Amino acid sequence: MKKVACGLARVIAWFTVRATGLVFAGSALNAAAQGSVNVYNWSDYIADDTISNFQSRTGISVSYDVYDSNEVLETRMLAGRSGYDLVVPTARPFADRHVRAGLYQPLDKSLLDNYGNLDPVILQSLADIDPGNQYLLPYMWGTTGIGYNVDKVKEILGDDMPLDTWRLVFDPEIVSRLSACGVSLMDDATEVFVAARAYRGLPTDDYSSAAAQEAADVVAAARPYIRYFHSSSYISDLANGDLCVAHGYSGDVLQARDRANEADNGVNIAYAAPAEGAVVWTDVFAIPVDAPNVANAHAFLNYIMEPEVIAGVSNYVAYANANSASVSLVDDVVRNDPGIYPPAATQERFIVLQTPSDSQIRSMNRLWTRVKTGR
Amino acid sequence: MTGYGGGAGALAGLRARWRRLTVGRWLVTGIPWLWLVIFFCLPFLFILKISLSEPALAQPPYLNWIRETADGLVSIVVNFGNYGLLWDDSLYVSALFGSLQVAAISTLLCLLIGYPMAYAIARAPTHLRMPLLMLVILPFWTSFLIRIYAWMGILNTNGILNNFLLWLGVIEQPLEIMHTSLAVYIGVTYAYLPFMILPLYATLSRLDPVLLEAAADLGARPAKQFLTITWPQSVPGVIAGAMLVFIPVMGEFVIPDLLGGPDSLMLGKLMWTEFFNNRDWPVASALAAVLLVVLIIPFLLLRHYESRAEANGEEAA
Repeated sequence: MKKVACGLARVIAWFTVRATGLVFAGSALNAAAQGSVNVYNWSDYIADDTISNFQSRTGISVSYDVYDSNEVLETRMLAGRSGYDLVVPTARPFADRHVRAGLYQPLDKSLLDNYGNLDPVILQSLADIDPGNQYLLPYMWGTTGIGYNVDKVKEILGDDMPLDTWRLVFDPEIVSRLSACGVSLMDDATEVFVAARAYRGLPTDDYSSAAAQEAADVVAAARPYIRYFHSSSYISDLANGDLCVAHGYSGDVLQARDRANEADNGVNIAYAAPAEGAVVWTDVFAIPVDAPNVANAHAFLNYIMEPEVIAGVSNYVAYANANSASVSLVDDVVRNDPGIYPPAATQERFIVLQTPSDSQIRSMNRLWTRVKTGR
Repeated sequence: MTGYGGGAGALAGLRARWRRLTVGRWLVTGIPWLWLVIFFCLPFLFILKISLSEPALAQPPYLNWIRETADGLVSIVVNFGNYGLLWDDSLYVSALFGSLQVAAISTLLCLLIGYPMAYAIARAPTHLRMPLLMLVILPFWTSFLIRIYAWMGILNTNGILNNFLLWLGVIEQPLEIMHTSLAVYIGVTYAYLPFMILPLYATLSRLDPVLLEAAADLGARPAKQFLTITWPQSVPGVIAGAMLVFIPVMGEFVIPDLLGGPDSLMLGKLMWTEFFNNRDWPVASALAAVLLVVLIIPFLLLRHYESRAEANGEEAA
């Protein structure tokens, strides 16, 4: 019954988030003097006290909504008049496209006293998609790799098999053995195709249709043994022991690990950045062109860049932040977790996603639908 | 009134009544028409317009038909290519058949389960009918999404059903139901069953029980009574229920996404991919327009057939 309880806890947690969102929206009326700010962020991507502290300190009421995929955010941005003041897209390929489509307004750095706390290396890494770092403010970064149920996977594959490899999700010989226990891939053509090419040792910056076909063949060979393709379901399924291996975001897998520990259900989850190369990504804050509360959006960004605040978020969500000044304030257990702050050797093999052209995206997604459905 | 003395006054009164009647008629038929125009025709025209445009990296992500060129000329560009793409790519056709299959099988399942339930409620003692109907409607008080999530908890490999069956000793290994098409059929049938039961109940409860007694007196067995009396008279309810289930299931997205496996290919999911993953609003709109036409043609044919049948029936009477 523990599993059911864990699932219930999720549902209740979800309700609580929605309810607090409502409370914030309600309190917007009371705090009219200071105005409000509408934040649209990923689910499970902020500490539980970040927003309430901001509200009590500034008197600005926060209306906080969440999404669980870049695509949902992107569609709302493209439709326009979203009413949000701050959004958190992944830099590549999403924020890159959004900046080119003119969806965001330049940041007013005179309102951002804490800007100097940001990691110059990460800012530099964004300069090619956002020259002069005008529009995008880095928040958290992480990798896409493999989450696994340590005990079950070792029981099936033996203690000697290295687990930091894409073979766990792509090698038909291995996936077929893990199949009954449950293997999932993300429902994301770009992430999966790039990972499949890394597994085959092929160049990962090639998005041509021939390259996509090579990647699709890799996925097709493993597909009969894949239980499902989804970009967030694996969190609870890993935590409940319903899934053995999941291709997923580092922090999400680590949240699954923490949930399993909290539930004390004997499920032992670990994250590995594959040795063939893990995809590294950065999520960035941006202010939509039509944001109604621009000044308050800057106030929120300045608050988020305070070392204590952002360290608290990292401790809570298990992602490395882009704030150099905060590193010493991050808990040791988080800072020393190679899944969160990977060692230099792993970082050297990181894969940075490029932004495919629209026709490349279309052909990849068509191929992706065919591979998933086996047609 | 005597003779034709008050004729003029009576005529004026009749005219006034007629006018009131026509105004009333216009009001009665006008409101649904207005509703149809605002909430169906206008949105559909928007969809049609987007489906004939070209995608672009902009907000919104498509180009208007009417564009001003750099030298001040106005050009109108209509793009029919999106419909061509749907026709050329076998993926869309197989998704259409996937949706048709799921919708047809679920409708049949709903009918098989819903008919006996509606029949039992219609034949139940009067004081029990309302509570029984309430039980059918009660699940609507909970969010649709939460109910589907509940099914995930039931059908999971480590879920309630498997744990229960393992505990009973009926099975040795947990059943793989979650993320298969069986889970989709279970979820869809569960979610749409009330839409089948309610119209069926409405027709079955109006059925005159005297007819059945007469048939019994004339020696018809229960099976024959059902086939010759109950079933033919309940056909309108069956058709209404089947429509209410079949049409929304054709475009269903949430249930196959949450409960289904990787091999379920349905139009709803494909539309999502076009809209969200490809950011191709024109193709997504073309797909929506085609789905609407595919659904509306059999519906219109059926209406046509029904009204002819009614007219024939009146003639015969």
